[in-house]
Amino acid sequence: MEFLTQMLGADVARMVVGLIAIIALVSVNALFLIWMERKVAAHMQLRPGPMEVGWHGAVQTVADAVKLMGKELITPTDVDRPVYHLAPIVIFLPVLLSFLVIPFSQTLIIRDMNVGVLLILAFASLTVLAILMAGWASNNKYSVLGAIRSVAQTVAYEIPLLITLMSPILMVGSFSLADIVAAQERYWFVLTQPLAFILYIVCATAETNRAPFDLPEAESELVAGFHTEYSGMKFGLFFLAEYTNMFIVSALATIFFLGGWRGPFLPGIFWFLIKVYAIIFLLMWFRWTFPRVRFDQLITFAWKILIPLAFANLLITALIMKLR
Amino acid sequence: MLERGLEEKTYVLNLGPQHPSTHGVLRVELEMEGEFITKADPDIGYGHRGHEHMAENRNYQQFLPNLGRVDYLHALAYNQCYCMAVEKLLGLKVPERAEFIRVITGEMNRISSHLLWLGAYLLDLGAFTPILYCFDDREHILDLLDRVTGSRLTYCYYRFGGVPQDIDEEFVAGTREFIKRLRTRFRDYDNLVTKNVIFIHRTRDVGIITQEQCLEYGLTGPMVRGSGIPYDIRRSEPYSAYPLFDFEIPIGSKGDILDRYLVRVKEMEQSLRIIEQALNKLPEGPIMAEKVPKRIKPAEGEVYAAVEAARGEFGCYVVSQGEVKPYRIKLRVPSFANLSILPELSVDTLVADLVAILGSIDVVVPEIDR
Repeated sequence: MEFLTQMLGADVARMVVGLIAIIALVSVNALFLIWMERKVAAHMQLRPGPMEVGWHGAVQTVADAVKLMGKELITPTDVDRPVYHLAPIVIFLPVLLSFLVIPFSQTLIIRDMNVGVLLILAFASLTVLAILMAGWASNNKYSVLGAIRSVAQTVAYEIPLLITLMSPILMVGSFSLADIVAAQERYWFVLTQPLAFILYIVCATAETNRAPFDLPEAESELVAGFHTEYSGMKFGLFFLAEYTNMFIVSALATIFFLGGWRGPFLPGIFWFLIKVYAIIFLLMWFRWTFPRVRFDQLITFAWKILIPLAFANLLITALIMKLR
Repeated sequence: MLERGLEEKTYVLNLGPQHPSTHGVLRVELEMEGEFITKADPDIGYGHRGHEHMAENRNYQQFLPNLGRVDYLHALAYNQCYCMAVEKLLGLKVPERAEFIRVITGEMNRISSHLLWLGAYLLDLGAFTPILYCFDDREHILDLLDRVTGSRLTYCYYRFGGVPQDIDEEFVAGTREFIKRLRTRFRDYDNLVTKNVIFIHRTRDVGIITQEQCLEYGLTGPMVRGSGIPYDIRRSEPYSAYPLFDFEIPIGSKGDILDRYLVRVKEMEQSLRIIEQALNKLPEGPIMAEKVPKRIKPAEGEVYAAVEAARGEFGCYVVSQGEVKPYRIKLRVPSFANLSILPELSVDTLVADLVAILGSIDVVVPEIDR
């Protein structure tokens, strides 16, 4: 650290160390989440899940990752090559950058920007571009259908997502994530904004393309959706991005509604991770319980129910803030 | 996609033969406009094995195992139908105990078929978990049937004139326990699936079949009963020991895929009732008719026998010319007629609906291809 500081200056050194830490966190987190998902799914489905590799299959995903890396990267003949190869990278970079502004604890934050929320949401919208690229470049009708669905869905759900988050932002008066956590010193915002919390969880599920809103990759309809034609580690990157996205939306929910890293006894980082994984567990629970909604119902749900509710919530919050 | 020119609005999407929700090797050629289907054309024949032709080249007993492979999910009904046809030709009277055993095992097989359908159907709708619960229940049936029939899937249990092996106390006790267990499970399914908002929205008013369409297309089984026609061979042309039991024929009102779902779920409950009654009334006696000829050589004649299989009416038309081999056997399979309505139902629906409709038809593709 000291060596880096001398060589690059404090600011740059902070960024380098931060990025390395982020990449490490992203990989370990994805490995853990995939294992967790398999275990959660298995126990909800009367089966033990992976048991052989490591304690209760804990190293199973490592073995899977090694297998994925060892696999041949197949490029189908008629793909749009540059776009096809670029898509997995484009989907992965923004989720990586989103970690920059997340406060893991009081001190553990790489960069506390005053536009933190907006930055994360802006990066989140970039994933749509990558999905569209992947779907279009694959030259596969199922992929294109998946990509089109994904774009329509993400555009529709980003609006209520942002609007629901506006309510707590109004209460705090800052876009900085650290400020938002700081404002929840006395009580968590889930108590004052229960509707916003529910709306956020629904939108977040849709935003991360997870069941019951997993239409872009609806297996029984579109085989695998936009990543049908990807193999090996390219497929692995899509997978990694999906699970990291889950972490980010859950982290946002924790920061906005569950008091972030606040909690008794344990250091902040533990509380933060406990809350994040609890929300991820909730998302997994949804996935293995609900059937999939139909596409038109999904869009109708966003425009006719979620957005009006989010606006109503915002208006009421604004009114109360004004009257106080 | 672009080769067809930009002025053309539609494109062709190939659903299958390798696709997660065509259940086997069915191919549906879809003409689509965006996500909407303008034309659906099922393409069958990938699993053709020539069962009917095989029948002409082997004697009557040798054809028995083939029946378990036409529709492997409700194999015992097909066994029974063929046995009934040959028994009619031979003029054999099946003892009462054998008929009871046929009803018990046949109904258990129907439940196992419906359970598999239930899981697979919900899988088509995007719910992954139910299929594992259904398989868990089905496993008990398979174990029980394995005990008496000797196999878990492609049963070949019935013989001309009865059944070769009697059921024992353990089977009866196990079946009673299973009935109790499945009834508690139905409550869970009801709470988690039937009352699920997403499920109801996905299935209500989708794939509506009118009563006229049922008759036009020659649909049978849960397909017609979902549209409100109480047509069930077990009641309309009673066979075996069915007239002795008290059971209802569940029917739907609208004919959408939700109705077909409800009909099948209620049918399982009725099957449980039938099994319970049959176990209570199970008579003692022989399980094989006396004087079954060693060499089956029926007199000249033609017979038709039909049973209510899990998917609808299964008919077996046997033509005998007085030889050891049948002259011709025609198998009337329900899935073939049931699938024929798919093109009409799928116009102007979404792919998601098509998958749901196909699931609600409950096709067994090898049965269509035969």
